[in-house]
Amino acid sequence: MTFDWQYIVDALPHYKTALWLTVKLATIGIILAIIVGMVCSIIQYFKVKVLSQIVQVYLEVARNTPLLIQLFFLYYGLPKIGITLSGELCGIIGLTFLGGSYMAEAFRAGMEAVTKSQIETGKAIGLSNLQLMRYVIIPQAFSYSVPGFGANCIFLLKETSVFSGIAILELTNTTKNLMGIFYKTNEALLMLVIGYLIILLPLTLFLTWLERRVRHAEFGN
Amino acid sequence: MLNSGISVLFEGVNMQRLLLGLLVTLRVALIAVVISIVMGILIGIIRTSKNKLVQIPFRLYLELFRIIPILVWLFVIYYVIPANFDLNLSAEVVALIVFSLWGTAEMSDIVRGSIISLPKHQAESSKALGLSVAQMYRYVLIPQATKRSIPPMINLITRMIKTTALLTMIGVVEVIKVGQQIIEVNNLDHPTISFWIYGFVFLLYFVICFPLSRFSRRLERKWAT
Repeated sequence: MTFDWQYIVDALPHYKTALWLTVKLATIGIILAIIVGMVCSIIQYFKVKVLSQIVQVYLEVARNTPLLIQLFFLYYGLPKIGITLSGELCGIIGLTFLGGSYMAEAFRAGMEAVTKSQIETGKAIGLSNLQLMRYVIIPQAFSYSVPGFGANCIFLLKETSVFSGIAILELTNTTKNLMGIFYKTNEALLMLVIGYLIILLPLTLFLTWLERRVRHAEFGN
Repeated sequence: MLNSGISVLFEGVNMQRLLLGLLVTLRVALIAVVISIVMGILIGIIRTSKNKLVQIPFRLYLELFRIIPILVWLFVIYYVIPANFDLNLSAEVVALIVFSLWGTAEMSDIVRGSIISLPKHQAESSKALGLSVAQMYRYVLIPQATKRSIPPMINLITRMIKTTALLTMIGVVEVIKVGQQIIEVNNLDHPTISFWIYGFVFLLYFVICFPLSRFSRRLERKWAT
């Protein structure tokens, strides 16, 4: 196996752009997914009529279908019935759609971990449901669900590789194109693997550190 | 207008072809699942060892599959091995290799996790009773660990089935590829066809994965202690 190092140096700018795009799309998608997930799990927590049934259906559909199909449907299917979305927008919507359901699951587990005494005490001192949520449940549930959120962040970042199925020039798609043009397969794939390691290794280490940190912040144990 | 697309689904052998494509997907998933359950249990038990020389290589193997996306693994094996080692691997074989390696890594972590999560006194009391190591695993640890590991195993199987959608990217003619072929043939006559085909494939995946994830949740609730 031989490597053409000059080619790698020449291709670096392409990978840099692709890396940024990957990080950008993943970050937007993950933030939106956390918001969607929290809203969904709060709706389910209060068992809001009708809405919680809709959320349930959404969760099942999003969790039980592959992202690639969701993206194909958004990108190739919807324009045919009159809804045209750009590739990047499709990617963000797809990632949010998939990620929201996973984040909801993580946050639900966090909310269930809040001890009953906390909620009863909150009620006893006369907090309204909204205040109870805002000051007692959400802050604690958030710290409980950090490990779940972290695992999902890594999962969603990896899922961005699926964006190469639609016309988004992120890491994997850039690699595919470069391989097609220059036929430097080994070099291109080496760069691809290194690209993901650059994003994911620091993130993994950071999340491990964060998990240990938030455990100090937990109340009542 | 909208109806013209859906009718193509039922024209000629289109439905049959899509379902045959689905079979290819499921075949890869099923073989990989069987291999990874067997290998995963073996490696999972080996990984409960406290020897660092055993732990580190397996940990590295697991982390490699956790950190690098499966699609990248598919590309790496598909393009690098045939070009550099003079081996001709079909896309389906590449998929089987990658999915088995990935599944084994994840399964071994589930098995290991469920064994070490058992209370310590279980192992200690079986030693006190004079059971050999093999007997301890056979009669005490494995039966209890099985209950804990089956729900996450089913979840992993669902994930593996969902991930088989990526096979289309390395050119396996599975359900999505067949769908694309049908779209290409009918696109001019029926402009809405891609909406219906992708919608249908979406539904197919849901129909397969939903009962599995439902089943695992029920088991989880039933066996929760």
